[in-house]
Amino acid sequence: MIVQQRETVAAPDVADVAAEADAFVAAVAQVAPRLGDVAANLERHLEIIAQAAGAGANIVVFPELSLTGYFLKDLVPDVALRIDSDEISRLAEACRDIDAVIGCVLETDDTRFHNASVYLSGGRVTRVHAKVYLPTYGIFDEQRYLAAGDRFRAFDLTTPGTNSRWRAGMLVCEDMWHPSAVSLLARQGVDVFLVPSASPGRGVLRGAALGTAHSYDAMTRTYAQLFTAYVVYCNRVGYEDGIAFWGGSRVVGPDGATVIEPAGADETIVYQRLEKTALRRARIAYPLLRDERHDVTDAETERILRRRTRD
Amino acid sequence: MSPTPRPSASSVDALEIDTAVVEELLCGFIHDEVHKVGFDSVVVGASGGVDSSLVVALACRALGAEHVYPVTMPYSTSSVQSEEDARAVCAQYGIEPEVENITDQIDAYFARHPDAGLTRRGNKMARERMTILYDRSMAHGSLVLGTSNKTELLLGYGTLFGDMASALNPIGDLYKTQVYAMGGALGLPERVLTKAPTADLWTGQSDEEELGLRYAIVDVVLFRLIDERRSRAEVVAMGFEAALVDDVMRRVRASQYKRRPPVIAKVSARTIDRDFRYPRDWGR
Repeated sequence: MIVQQRETVAAPDVADVAAEADAFVAAVAQVAPRLGDVAANLERHLEIIAQAAGAGANIVVFPELSLTGYFLKDLVPDVALRIDSDEISRLAEACRDIDAVIGCVLETDDTRFHNASVYLSGGRVTRVHAKVYLPTYGIFDEQRYLAAGDRFRAFDLTTPGTNSRWRAGMLVCEDMWHPSAVSLLARQGVDVFLVPSASPGRGVLRGAALGTAHSYDAMTRTYAQLFTAYVVYCNRVGYEDGIAFWGGSRVVGPDGATVIEPAGADETIVYQRLEKTALRRARIAYPLLRDERHDVTDAETERILRRRTRD
Repeated sequence: MSPTPRPSASSVDALEIDTAVVEELLCGFIHDEVHKVGFDSVVVGASGGVDSSLVVALACRALGAEHVYPVTMPYSTSSVQSEEDARAVCAQYGIEPEVENITDQIDAYFARHPDAGLTRRGNKMARERMTILYDRSMAHGSLVLGTSNKTELLLGYGTLFGDMASALNPIGDLYKTQVYAMGGALGLPERVLTKAPTADLWTGQSDEEELGLRYAIVDVVLFRLIDERRSRAEVVAMGFEAALVDDVMRRVRASQYKRRPPVIAKVSARTIDRDFRYPRDWGR
Protein backbone atom coordinates (compact mmCIF):
# COMPACT_ATOMS: atom_id res chain seq x y z
CA MET A 1 0.00 0.00 0.00
CA ILE A 2 1.22 3.45 -0.86
CA VAL A 3 1.25 5.06 2.53
CA GLN A 4 3.47 7.74 3.92
CA GLN A 5 5.36 5.91 6.57
CA ARG A 6 7.89 7.77 8.55
CA GLU A 7 10.14 4.85 9.45
CA THR A 8 13.02 3.96 7.24
CA VAL A 9 14.60 0.58 6.68
CA ALA A 10 17.59 -0.38 8.71
CA ALA A 11 20.93 0.19 7.05
CA PRO A 12 22.93 -2.87 6.09
CA ASP A 13 26.31 -3.44 7.59
CA VAL A 14 28.14 -0.88 5.54
CA ALA A 15 30.03 1.02 8.22
CA ASP A 16 33.44 -0.29 7.21
CA VAL A 17 32.99 0.40 3.54
CA ALA A 18 34.19 3.95 3.73
CA ALA A 19 37.63 2.71 4.60
CA GLU A 20 37.86 0.76 1.36
CA ALA A 21 39.55 2.77 -1.31
CA ASP A 22 37.61 1.66 -4.35
CA ALA A 23 34.04 1.76 -3.16
CA PHE A 24 31.48 4.05 -1.64
CA VAL A 25 28.02 3.62 -0.23
CA ALA A 26 25.08 5.52 -1.70
CA ALA A 27 21.91 6.04 0.30
CA VAL A 28 18.84 6.58 -1.87
CA ALA A 29 16.28 8.55 0.13
CA GLN A 30 12.88 7.70 -1.35
CA VAL A 31 10.72 10.24 0.44
CA ALA A 32 7.35 11.99 0.04
CA PRO A 33 7.95 15.75 0.31
CA ARG A 34 5.16 17.98 1.58
CA LEU A 35 3.94 20.17 -1.26
CA GLY A 36 5.12 23.74 -0.79
CA ASP A 37 6.33 23.25 2.80
CA VAL A 38 10.06 23.93 2.61
CA ALA A 39 10.50 24.22 6.38
CA ALA A 40 9.05 20.77 7.06
CA ASN A 41 10.95 19.21 4.17
CA LEU A 42 14.19 20.82 5.31
CA GLU A 43 13.87 19.23 8.77
CA ARG A 44 13.19 15.88 7.17
CA HIS A 45 16.31 16.24 4.99
CA LEU A 46 18.44 16.98 8.04
CA GLU A 47 17.11 13.89 9.82
CA ILE A 48 17.78 11.64 6.84
CA ILE A 49 21.23 13.07 6.17
CA ALA A 50 22.16 12.34 9.79
CA GLN A 51 20.62 8.90 9.62
CA ALA A 52 22.40 7.99 6.39
CA ALA A 53 25.71 9.31 7.68
CA GLY A 54 25.23 7.29 10.87
CA ALA A 55 24.60 4.20 8.78
CA GLY A 56 27.91 4.64 6.99
CA ALA A 57 26.72 6.07 3.68
CA ASN A 58 29.08 8.39 1.79
CA ILE A 59 26.40 10.02 -0.36
CA VAL A 60 22.66 10.45 0.11
CA VAL A 61 20.54 11.18 -2.96
CA PHE A 62 17.11 12.82 -2.58
CA PRO A 63 14.41 12.97 -5.27
CA GLU A 64 13.71 15.83 -7.68
CA LEU A 65 12.35 18.95 -5.91
CA SER A 66 12.76 17.15 -2.59
CA LEU A 67 12.60 20.42 -0.62
CA THR A 68 9.39 21.62 -2.25
CA GLY A 69 7.26 18.89 -3.80
CA TYR A 70 6.57 18.67 -7.52
CA PHE A 71 3.26 20.07 -8.84
CA LEU A 72 3.97 23.55 -7.53
CA LYS A 73 2.31 25.72 -10.18
CA ASP A 74 2.13 29.29 -8.82
CA LEU A 75 3.95 28.20 -5.67
CA VAL A 76 7.25 28.22 -7.59
CA PRO A 77 8.30 31.78 -6.62
CA ASP A 78 7.05 31.25 -3.06
CA VAL A 79 9.24 28.20 -2.42
CA ALA A 80 12.27 29.27 -4.46
CA LEU A 81 15.61 29.52 -2.68
CA ARG A 82 18.74 31.41 -3.54
CA ILE A 83 21.94 29.41 -3.54
CA ASP A 84 23.18 31.44 -0.55
CA SER A 85 19.94 31.03 1.40
CA ASP A 86 19.87 29.96 5.04
CA GLU A 87 18.09 26.76 4.05
CA ILE A 88 20.81 25.64 1.63
CA SER A 89 23.47 26.72 4.11
CA ARG A 90 21.92 24.59 6.84
CA LEU A 91 21.85 21.59 4.53
CA ALA A 92 25.44 22.18 3.44
CA GLU A 93 26.51 22.48 7.03
CA ALA A 94 24.99 19.03 7.68
CA CYS A 95 27.10 17.62 4.85
CA ARG A 96 30.52 17.38 6.37
CA ASP A 97 30.80 13.62 6.91
CA ILE A 98 28.53 12.77 4.00
CA ASP A 99 27.65 14.28 0.61
CA ALA A 100 24.08 14.92 -0.50
CA VAL A 101 22.14 15.61 -3.67
CA ILE A 102 19.03 17.64 -2.88
CA GLY A 103 16.32 19.04 -5.13
CA CYS A 104 14.92 22.55 -4.94
CA VAL A 105 13.72 25.55 -6.94
CA LEU A 106 16.74 27.85 -7.33
CA GLU A 107 16.19 31.53 -8.01
CA THR A 108 18.83 33.40 -9.98
CA ASP A 109 19.79 37.07 -9.68
CA ASP A 110 17.71 37.85 -12.75
CA THR A 111 14.63 36.12 -11.31
CA ARG A 112 14.71 32.86 -13.16
CA PHE A 113 13.57 29.77 -11.40
CA HIS A 114 15.40 26.51 -12.04
CA ASN A 115 14.39 22.99 -11.17
CA ALA A 116 17.78 22.24 -9.65
CA SER A 117 19.78 19.43 -8.16
CA VAL A 118 22.34 20.74 -5.72
CA TYR A 119 25.40 18.74 -4.72
CA LEU A 120 26.55 19.40 -1.18
CA SER A 121 29.95 18.32 0.10
CA GLY A 122 32.41 19.39 2.77
CA GLY A 123 29.97 21.91 4.25
CA ARG A 124 29.31 23.75 0.99
CA VAL A 125 27.62 23.66 -2.38
CA THR A 126 30.01 22.15 -4.89
CA ARG A 127 27.76 21.65 -7.94
CA VAL A 128 24.41 22.74 -9.29
CA HIS A 129 22.61 21.11 -12.18
CA ALA A 130 19.63 23.01 -13.54
CA LYS A 131 17.25 20.62 -15.28
CA VAL A 132 17.59 21.13 -19.02
CA TYR A 133 14.55 19.26 -20.28
CA LEU A 134 11.42 20.69 -18.65
CA PRO A 135 8.47 18.50 -19.66
CA THR A 136 5.48 20.52 -20.81
CA TYR A 137 2.97 18.05 -22.13
CA GLY A 138 0.33 15.69 -20.74
CA ILE A 139 0.23 16.26 -16.98
CA PHE A 140 3.42 18.34 -17.02
CA ASP A 141 3.62 22.12 -17.11
CA GLU A 142 7.22 22.90 -16.15
CA GLN A 143 8.09 25.44 -18.85
CA ARG A 144 5.21 27.61 -17.77
CA TYR A 145 6.83 28.17 -14.39
CA LEU A 146 10.52 27.27 -14.71
CA ALA A 147 13.60 28.26 -16.68
CA ALA A 148 15.62 25.55 -18.41
CA GLY A 149 19.28 24.88 -17.70
CA ASP A 150 21.74 24.78 -20.59
CA ARG A 151 24.53 22.36 -19.72
CA PHE A 152 25.47 18.86 -18.68
CA ARG A 153 28.75 18.85 -16.79
CA ALA A 154 30.44 15.91 -15.11
CA PHE A 155 32.37 16.43 -11.91
CA ASP A 156 34.69 14.60 -9.52
CA LEU A 157 33.06 13.24 -6.44
CA THR A 158 34.66 14.63 -3.34
CA THR A 159 33.03 12.09 -1.11
CA PRO A 160 34.51 12.12 2.36
CA GLY A 161 35.74 8.87 3.81
CA THR A 162 36.72 7.30 0.52
CA ASN A 163 39.87 7.71 -1.47
CA SER A 164 38.48 6.43 -4.71
CA ARG A 165 38.16 8.72 -7.70
CA TRP A 166 34.73 8.76 -9.24
CA ARG A 167 33.27 10.96 -11.95
CA ALA A 168 29.64 11.77 -11.52
CA GLY A 169 26.92 13.45 -13.56
CA MET A 170 23.48 14.61 -12.50
CA LEU A 171 20.35 14.19 -14.61
CA VAL A 172 16.97 15.32 -13.31
CA CYS A 173 14.12 13.03 -14.33
CA GLU A 174 13.11 14.16 -17.86
CA ASP A 175 16.78 14.84 -18.69
CA MET A 176 17.19 11.08 -18.81
CA TRP A 177 14.54 10.77 -21.55
CA HIS A 178 17.07 12.43 -23.86
CA PRO A 179 19.94 10.06 -24.71
CA SER A 180 22.06 12.99 -25.89
CA ALA A 181 22.16 14.26 -22.31
CA VAL A 182 23.33 10.93 -20.96
CA SER A 183 25.82 10.62 -23.82
CA LEU A 184 27.29 14.06 -23.16
CA LEU A 185 27.93 13.15 -19.55
CA ALA A 186 29.34 9.75 -20.49
CA ARG A 187 31.78 11.46 -22.85
CA GLN A 188 33.09 13.35 -19.83
CA GLY A 189 33.98 10.05 -18.19
CA VAL A 190 31.07 9.48 -15.86
CA ASP A 191 31.21 6.46 -13.55
CA VAL A 192 27.94 7.13 -11.80
CA PHE A 193 24.80 8.91 -12.98
CA LEU A 194 22.89 10.49 -10.11
CA VAL A 195 19.25 10.75 -11.16
CA PRO A 196 16.76 12.47 -8.85
CA SER A 197 13.20 12.03 -10.13
CA ALA A 198 9.56 12.88 -9.44
CA SER A 199 7.89 10.47 -11.82
CA PRO A 200 4.11 10.28 -11.57
CA GLY A 201 2.66 6.82 -12.03
CA ARG A 202 0.26 6.42 -14.91
CA GLY A 203 -0.84 3.74 -17.31
CA VAL A 204 -2.23 0.69 -15.55
CA LEU A 205 -3.35 -1.24 -18.60
CA ARG A 206 -2.04 -4.77 -19.02
CA GLY A 207 1.23 -6.00 -17.67
CA ALA A 208 2.44 -6.26 -14.14
CA ALA A 209 3.39 -2.70 -13.33
CA LEU A 210 2.77 0.93 -14.13
CA GLY A 211 3.65 2.02 -17.65
CA THR A 212 5.99 4.68 -16.33
CA ALA A 213 7.79 2.17 -14.12
CA HIS A 214 8.42 0.03 -17.20
CA SER A 215 9.90 3.03 -19.02
CA TYR A 216 12.28 3.88 -16.20
CA ASP A 217 13.23 0.24 -15.79
CA ALA A 218 14.21 0.14 -19.45
CA MET A 219 16.05 3.46 -19.38
CA THR A 220 18.07 2.91 -16.23
CA ARG A 221 19.19 -0.55 -17.36
CA THR A 222 19.96 0.52 -20.90
CA TYR A 223 21.99 3.58 -19.96
CA ALA A 224 23.91 1.68 -17.28
CA GLN A 225 24.81 -1.02 -19.77
CA LEU A 226 25.54 1.17 -22.80
CA PHE A 227 27.65 3.64 -20.83
CA THR A 228 29.07 0.97 -18.50
CA ALA A 229 28.38 3.11 -15.46
CA TYR A 230 26.26 2.98 -12.33
CA VAL A 231 22.83 4.61 -12.36
CA VAL A 232 21.53 5.76 -8.99
CA TYR A 233 17.84 6.46 -9.53
CA CYS A 234 15.89 8.13 -6.72
CA ASN A 235 12.18 8.58 -7.37
CA ARG A 236 9.81 10.08 -4.83
CA VAL A 237 6.64 8.59 -3.40
CA GLY A 238 3.36 10.02 -2.07
CA TYR A 239 0.43 11.76 -3.79
CA GLU A 240 -0.11 15.29 -5.03
CA ASP A 241 -3.61 16.28 -6.15
CA GLY A 242 -4.50 12.64 -6.72
CA ILE A 243 -1.37 11.80 -8.71
CA ALA A 244 0.81 9.04 -7.27
CA PHE A 245 4.57 9.00 -7.47
CA TRP A 246 5.56 5.37 -7.80
CA GLY A 247 8.96 5.22 -6.11
CA GLY A 248 10.87 2.20 -7.33
CA SER A 249 14.24 3.80 -6.58
CA ARG A 250 17.15 1.58 -7.47
CA VAL A 251 20.80 1.31 -8.27
CA VAL A 252 21.69 -0.32 -11.57
CA GLY A 253 25.19 -1.72 -12.04
CA PRO A 254 27.51 -1.05 -15.01
CA ASP A 255 26.50 -4.37 -16.58
CA GLY A 256 22.86 -3.21 -16.78
CA ALA A 257 21.69 -5.47 -13.97
CA THR A 258 19.79 -3.97 -11.09
CA VAL A 259 22.07 -4.47 -8.11
CA ILE A 260 19.26 -3.97 -5.65
CA GLU A 261 15.60 -4.65 -6.18
CA PRO A 262 13.69 -1.45 -6.87
CA ALA A 263 12.21 -0.04 -3.70
CA GLY A 264 8.40 -0.20 -3.47
CA ALA A 265 6.08 2.77 -3.14
CA ASP A 266 6.66 3.55 0.54
CA GLU A 267 9.08 5.98 2.09
CA THR A 268 12.36 4.19 2.59
CA ILE A 269 16.12 4.59 2.45
CA VAL A 270 17.96 2.13 0.23
CA TYR A 271 21.68 1.61 0.75
CA GLN A 272 23.96 0.31 -1.96
CA ARG A 273 27.69 -0.07 -2.21
CA LEU A 274 29.23 0.96 -5.53
CA GLU A 275 32.55 -0.63 -6.49
CA LYS A 276 35.23 0.41 -8.92
CA THR A 277 35.97 -3.26 -9.59
CA ALA A 278 32.45 -3.69 -11.02
CA LEU A 279 33.08 -0.79 -13.42
CA ARG A 280 36.37 -2.36 -14.44
CA ARG A 281 34.83 -5.78 -15.06
CA ALA A 282 31.99 -4.30 -17.12
CA ARG A 283 34.38 -2.18 -19.22
CA ILE A 284 36.64 -5.16 -19.90
CA ALA A 285 33.65 -7.28 -20.94
CA TYR A 286 32.11 -4.45 -22.99
CA PRO A 287 34.76 -1.86 -23.98
CA LEU A 288 32.08 0.41 -25.40
CA LEU A 289 33.54 3.62 -24.01
CA ARG A 290 36.98 2.74 -25.43
CA ASP A 291 35.46 2.06 -28.85
CA GLU A 292 33.20 5.10 -28.95
CA ARG A 293 33.97 7.12 -32.13
CA HIS A 294 33.67 10.68 -30.88
CA ASP A 295 35.56 11.78 -33.99
CA VAL A 296 32.77 10.40 -36.16
CA THR A 297 30.12 12.06 -34.00
CA ASP A 298 31.98 15.39 -34.19
CA ALA A 299 32.57 15.22 -37.94
CA GLU A 300 28.98 14.30 -38.64
CA THR A 301 27.68 16.98 -36.30
CA GLU A 302 29.85 19.55 -38.07
CA ARG A 303 28.60 18.39 -41.45
CA ILE A 304 24.98 18.69 -40.25
CA LEU A 305 25.69 22.16 -38.89
CA ARG A 306 27.33 23.26 -42.14
CA ARG A 307 24.42 21.98 -44.16
CA ARG A 308 22.02 23.79 -41.89
CA THR A 309 24.01 27.01 -42.36
CA ARG A 310 23.73 26.64 -46.16
CA ASP A 311 19.95 26.27 -45.85
CA MET B 1 -28.74 -0.52 -29.06
CA SER B 2 -25.76 0.02 -31.30
CA PRO B 3 -24.73 -2.74 -33.66
CA THR B 4 -21.90 -4.88 -32.45
CA PRO B 5 -18.68 -4.03 -34.23
CA ARG B 6 -16.12 -6.61 -35.28
CA PRO B 7 -14.79 -8.49 -32.28
CA SER B 8 -11.22 -7.24 -32.67
CA ALA B 9 -12.37 -3.64 -32.43
CA SER B 10 -14.82 -3.95 -29.58
CA SER B 11 -12.53 -6.17 -27.60
CA VAL B 12 -12.64 -5.11 -23.99
CA ASP B 13 -9.19 -6.68 -23.68
CA ALA B 14 -7.90 -3.19 -24.41
CA LEU B 15 -9.37 -2.10 -21.09
CA GLU B 16 -7.79 -4.87 -19.06
CA ILE B 17 -6.10 -3.54 -15.97
CA ASP B 18 -3.78 -4.99 -13.40
CA THR B 19 -6.28 -4.97 -10.55
CA ALA B 20 -3.64 -5.42 -7.85
CA VAL B 21 -1.73 -2.35 -9.05
CA VAL B 22 -4.93 -0.32 -9.30
CA GLU B 23 -6.06 -1.39 -5.83
CA GLU B 24 -2.72 -0.31 -4.36
CA LEU B 25 -2.90 2.99 -6.22
CA LEU B 26 -6.49 3.76 -5.19
CA CYS B 27 -6.15 2.66 -1.55
CA GLY B 28 -2.99 4.75 -1.32
CA PHE B 29 -4.86 7.67 -2.87
CA ILE B 30 -7.72 7.45 -0.35
CA HIS B 31 -5.42 7.03 2.63
CA ASP B 32 -3.03 9.78 1.60
CA GLU B 33 -5.51 12.41 0.43
CA VAL B 34 -7.83 11.88 3.43
CA HIS B 35 -5.11 11.92 6.07
CA LYS B 36 -3.05 14.78 4.76
CA VAL B 37 -5.97 17.20 5.02
CA GLY B 38 -6.47 16.19 8.65
CA PHE B 39 -9.28 13.63 8.35
CA ASP B 40 -9.34 9.90 8.99
CA SER B 41 -12.79 8.83 7.81
CA VAL B 42 -15.10 9.05 4.81
CA VAL B 43 -18.80 9.10 3.96
CA VAL B 44 -19.99 7.17 0.90
CA GLY B 45 -23.45 7.06 -0.63
CA ALA B 46 -24.02 3.30 -0.95
CA SER B 47 -26.65 2.49 -3.56
CA GLY B 48 -25.94 -1.21 -3.93
CA GLY B 49 -24.59 -0.58 -7.44
CA VAL B 50 -21.13 -1.62 -8.53
CA ASP B 51 -19.60 1.88 -8.45
CA SER B 52 -20.48 2.80 -4.89
CA SER B 53 -19.89 -0.78 -3.73
CA LEU B 54 -16.36 -0.65 -5.11
CA VAL B 55 -15.76 2.69 -3.38
CA VAL B 56 -17.01 1.28 -0.05
CA ALA B 57 -14.68 -1.72 -0.44
CA LEU B 58 -11.67 0.41 -1.37
CA ALA B 59 -12.33 2.81 1.50
CA CYS B 60 -12.61 -0.04 4.02
CA ARG B 61 -9.33 -1.48 2.79
CA ALA B 62 -7.60 1.90 2.80
CA LEU B 63 -8.83 3.32 6.10
CA GLY B 64 -10.27 0.39 8.03
CA ALA B 65 -14.02 -0.29 8.00
CA GLU B 66 -14.50 1.59 11.28
CA HIS B 67 -13.54 4.76 9.42
CA VAL B 68 -16.11 4.32 6.65
CA TYR B 69 -19.69 5.60 6.92
CA PRO B 70 -21.88 4.26 4.12
CA VAL B 71 -25.26 5.93 3.75
CA THR B 72 -28.17 4.39 1.86
CA MET B 73 -30.79 6.90 0.78
CA PRO B 74 -33.84 5.19 -0.70
CA TYR B 75 -36.86 6.93 -2.20
CA SER B 76 -40.27 5.28 -2.05
CA THR B 77 -39.87 3.84 -5.56
CA SER B 78 -36.30 2.62 -5.00
CA SER B 79 -35.81 -1.07 -5.46
CA VAL B 80 -35.72 -2.94 -2.14
CA GLN B 81 -33.01 -5.07 -3.67
CA SER B 82 -30.74 -2.00 -3.99
CA GLU B 83 -30.72 -1.49 -0.23
CA GLU B 84 -30.16 -5.19 0.38
CA ASP B 85 -27.20 -5.17 -2.00
CA ALA B 86 -25.72 -2.14 -0.25
CA ARG B 87 -26.10 -3.97 3.07
CA ALA B 88 -24.43 -7.07 1.64
CA VAL B 89 -21.36 -5.09 0.56
CA CYS B 90 -21.10 -3.36 3.95
CA ALA B 91 -21.57 -6.71 5.73
CA GLN B 92 -18.47 -8.01 3.95
CA TYR B 93 -16.53 -5.48 5.99
CA GLY B 94 -18.56 -5.87 9.18
CA ILE B 95 -20.38 -2.54 8.94
CA GLU B 96 -23.96 -1.41 8.35
CA PRO B 97 -25.09 1.52 6.25
CA GLU B 98 -27.02 4.38 7.80
CA VAL B 99 -30.41 4.62 6.12
CA GLU B 100 -31.82 8.05 5.25
CA ASN B 101 -35.12 7.82 3.41
CA ILE B 102 -35.57 10.87 1.16
CA THR B 103 -39.25 10.31 0.26
CA ASP B 104 -40.73 12.96 2.56
CA GLN B 105 -38.67 15.91 1.39
CA ILE B 106 -38.79 14.93 -2.29
CA ASP B 107 -42.57 14.46 -2.25
CA ALA B 108 -43.07 17.71 -0.30
CA TYR B 109 -41.14 19.62 -2.94
CA PHE B 110 -42.79 18.04 -5.95
CA ALA B 111 -46.26 18.46 -4.41
CA ARG B 112 -45.68 22.11 -5.33
CA HIS B 113 -44.32 21.19 -8.80
CA PRO B 114 -46.52 18.36 -9.98
CA ASP B 115 -45.61 19.01 -13.63
CA ALA B 116 -41.97 17.94 -13.10
CA GLY B 117 -40.86 15.09 -15.33
CA LEU B 118 -38.62 12.15 -14.55
CA THR B 119 -35.34 13.94 -15.24
CA ARG B 120 -36.14 16.84 -12.91
CA ARG B 121 -37.27 14.42 -10.23
CA GLY B 122 -34.16 12.30 -10.71
CA ASN B 123 -31.85 15.30 -10.53
CA LYS B 124 -33.57 16.57 -7.40
CA MET B 125 -33.15 13.19 -5.75
CA ALA B 126 -29.47 13.03 -6.68
CA ARG B 127 -28.90 16.51 -5.23
CA GLU B 128 -30.94 15.75 -2.13
CA ARG B 129 -28.76 12.71 -1.52
CA MET B 130 -25.61 14.76 -1.90
CA THR B 131 -26.78 17.37 0.64
CA ILE B 132 -27.34 14.48 3.04
CA LEU B 133 -23.88 13.08 2.40
CA TYR B 134 -22.31 16.48 3.06
CA ASP B 135 -24.36 16.82 6.24
CA ARG B 136 -23.28 13.34 7.37
CA SER B 137 -19.68 14.24 6.57
CA MET B 138 -19.98 17.25 8.87
CA ALA B 139 -21.56 15.12 11.59
CA HIS B 140 -18.81 12.49 11.36
CA GLY B 141 -15.92 14.84 10.63
CA SER B 142 -15.39 12.98 7.38
CA LEU B 143 -14.83 13.61 3.69
CA VAL B 144 -17.34 12.61 1.01
CA LEU B 145 -16.00 10.07 -1.47
CA GLY B 146 -17.27 10.31 -5.04
CA THR B 147 -18.61 7.34 -6.95
CA SER B 148 -18.75 8.60 -10.56
CA ASN B 149 -16.80 6.46 -13.02
CA LYS B 150 -14.93 7.68 -16.09
CA THR B 151 -17.63 6.54 -18.54
CA GLU B 152 -20.35 8.54 -16.76
CA LEU B 153 -18.11 11.56 -16.34
CA LEU B 154 -17.14 11.59 -20.02
CA LEU B 155 -20.67 11.05 -21.30
CA GLY B 156 -22.11 13.53 -18.82
CA TYR B 157 -24.39 10.84 -17.46
CA GLY B 158 -24.67 12.24 -13.96
CA THR B 159 -26.25 15.09 -12.04
CA LEU B 160 -24.11 18.19 -11.59
CA PHE B 161 -23.74 18.96 -7.85
CA GLY B 162 -25.63 15.72 -7.24
CA ASP B 163 -23.94 12.36 -7.63
CA MET B 164 -21.06 14.11 -9.46
CA ALA B 165 -20.11 16.03 -6.30
CA SER B 166 -17.47 14.82 -3.84
CA ALA B 167 -14.31 15.76 -2.00
CA LEU B 168 -12.31 12.93 -3.55
CA ASN B 169 -13.20 10.51 -6.30
CA PRO B 170 -11.17 7.28 -6.33
CA ILE B 171 -12.86 5.74 -9.39
CA GLY B 172 -13.23 8.70 -11.76
CA ASP B 173 -10.40 7.43 -13.97
CA LEU B 174 -11.85 3.90 -14.34
CA TYR B 175 -14.25 3.02 -17.13
CA LYS B 176 -17.39 1.11 -16.13
CA THR B 177 -15.89 -2.11 -17.51
CA GLN B 178 -12.85 -1.56 -15.33
CA VAL B 179 -15.03 -0.86 -12.29
CA TYR B 180 -16.53 -4.32 -12.81
CA ALA B 181 -13.05 -5.85 -13.09
CA MET B 182 -12.05 -4.18 -9.83
CA GLY B 183 -15.30 -5.25 -8.17
CA GLY B 184 -14.63 -8.82 -9.18
CA ALA B 185 -11.04 -8.69 -7.92
CA LEU B 186 -12.19 -7.29 -4.57
CA GLY B 187 -14.84 -9.98 -4.22
CA LEU B 188 -17.99 -7.84 -4.28
CA PRO B 189 -21.23 -9.87 -3.93
CA GLU B 190 -22.20 -11.70 -7.11
CA ARG B 191 -25.52 -9.82 -7.44
CA VAL B 192 -23.76 -6.46 -7.43
CA LEU B 193 -21.55 -7.65 -10.27
CA THR B 194 -24.28 -9.20 -12.39
CA LYS B 195 -27.38 -6.99 -12.14
CA ALA B 196 -28.12 -4.42 -14.83
CA PRO B 197 -26.58 -1.03 -14.02
CA THR B 198 -29.18 1.55 -12.96
CA ALA B 199 -29.30 4.97 -11.36
CA ASP B 200 -32.51 3.66 -9.69
CA LEU B 201 -34.09 7.12 -9.85
CA TRP B 202 -37.35 5.60 -11.06
CA THR B 203 -38.73 2.09 -11.28
CA GLY B 204 -37.16 0.01 -14.01
CA GLN B 205 -34.57 2.63 -15.01
CA SER B 206 -31.60 1.16 -16.88
CA ASP B 207 -28.37 3.03 -17.66
CA GLU B 208 -27.81 1.30 -20.96
CA GLU B 209 -31.38 1.77 -22.20
CA GLU B 210 -31.42 5.40 -21.18
CA LEU B 211 -28.04 6.06 -22.81
CA GLY B 212 -28.86 3.89 -25.81
CA LEU B 213 -25.32 2.57 -25.48
CA ARG B 214 -23.74 -0.55 -24.15
CA TYR B 215 -20.91 -0.02 -21.66
CA ALA B 216 -18.87 -2.88 -23.13
CA ILE B 217 -18.75 -1.01 -26.44
CA VAL B 218 -18.86 2.63 -25.45
CA ASP B 219 -15.98 2.09 -23.02
CA VAL B 220 -13.78 0.84 -25.82
CA VAL B 221 -14.76 3.74 -28.09
CA LEU B 222 -13.95 6.22 -25.32
CA PHE B 223 -10.67 4.44 -24.61
CA ARG B 224 -9.62 4.57 -28.28
CA LEU B 225 -10.58 8.25 -28.63
CA ILE B 226 -9.38 9.58 -25.32
CA ASP B 227 -6.74 7.38 -23.75
CA GLU B 228 -5.15 6.39 -27.05
CA ARG B 229 -5.82 9.78 -28.71
CA ARG B 230 -7.01 8.11 -31.92
CA SER B 231 -8.88 10.18 -34.50
CA ARG B 232 -12.51 9.59 -35.45
CA ALA B 233 -11.34 8.07 -38.74
CA GLU B 234 -8.98 5.66 -36.99
CA VAL B 235 -11.69 4.48 -34.61
CA VAL B 236 -14.17 4.00 -37.43
CA ALA B 237 -11.49 2.07 -39.35
CA MET B 238 -11.20 -0.23 -36.33
CA GLY B 239 -14.74 -1.39 -36.99
CA PHE B 240 -16.95 0.91 -34.92
CA GLU B 241 -20.05 2.40 -36.51
CA ALA B 242 -19.45 6.01 -37.54
CA ALA B 243 -22.80 7.04 -36.03
CA LEU B 244 -21.83 5.53 -32.69
CA VAL B 245 -18.43 7.24 -32.68
CA ASP B 246 -20.06 10.57 -33.57
CA ASP B 247 -22.65 10.14 -30.84
CA VAL B 248 -19.97 9.45 -28.25
CA MET B 249 -17.88 12.44 -29.37
CA ARG B 250 -20.95 14.69 -29.29
CA ARG B 251 -21.82 13.62 -25.75
CA VAL B 252 -18.27 14.22 -24.52
CA ARG B 253 -18.23 17.72 -26.03
CA ALA B 254 -21.73 18.60 -24.87
CA SER B 255 -21.00 17.63 -21.26
CA GLN B 256 -17.61 19.34 -20.97
CA TYR B 257 -19.15 22.02 -18.70
CA LYS B 258 -20.05 19.34 -16.18
CA ARG B 259 -16.41 18.41 -15.70
CA ARG B 260 -15.19 21.96 -15.07
CA PRO B 261 -15.68 24.37 -12.15
CA PRO B 262 -18.15 27.18 -12.93
CA VAL B 263 -16.79 29.82 -15.31
CA ILE B 264 -15.71 33.04 -13.61
CA ALA B 265 -15.94 36.34 -15.49
CA LYS B 266 -12.44 37.78 -15.64
CA VAL B 267 -12.12 41.28 -14.24
CA SER B 268 -8.95 41.46 -12.19
CA ALA B 269 -5.28 40.84 -12.96
CA ARG B 270 -5.45 37.49 -11.27
CA THR B 271 -8.47 35.26 -11.53
CA ILE B 272 -9.07 32.01 -9.70
CA ASP B 273 -8.05 29.03 -11.85
CA ARG B 274 -7.00 31.19 -14.83
CA ASP B 275 -3.88 32.95 -13.64
CA PHE B 276 -4.16 32.11 -9.94
CA ARG B 277 -3.06 28.49 -10.10
CA TYR B 278 -2.23 26.64 -6.94
CA PRO B 279 -2.33 22.91 -6.36
CA ARG B 280 -5.19 21.63 -4.24
CA ASP B 281 -2.67 19.92 -1.95
CA TRP B 282 -1.01 23.28 -1.25
CA GLY B 283 1.17 22.85 1.84
CA ARG B 284 0.03 19.23 2.39
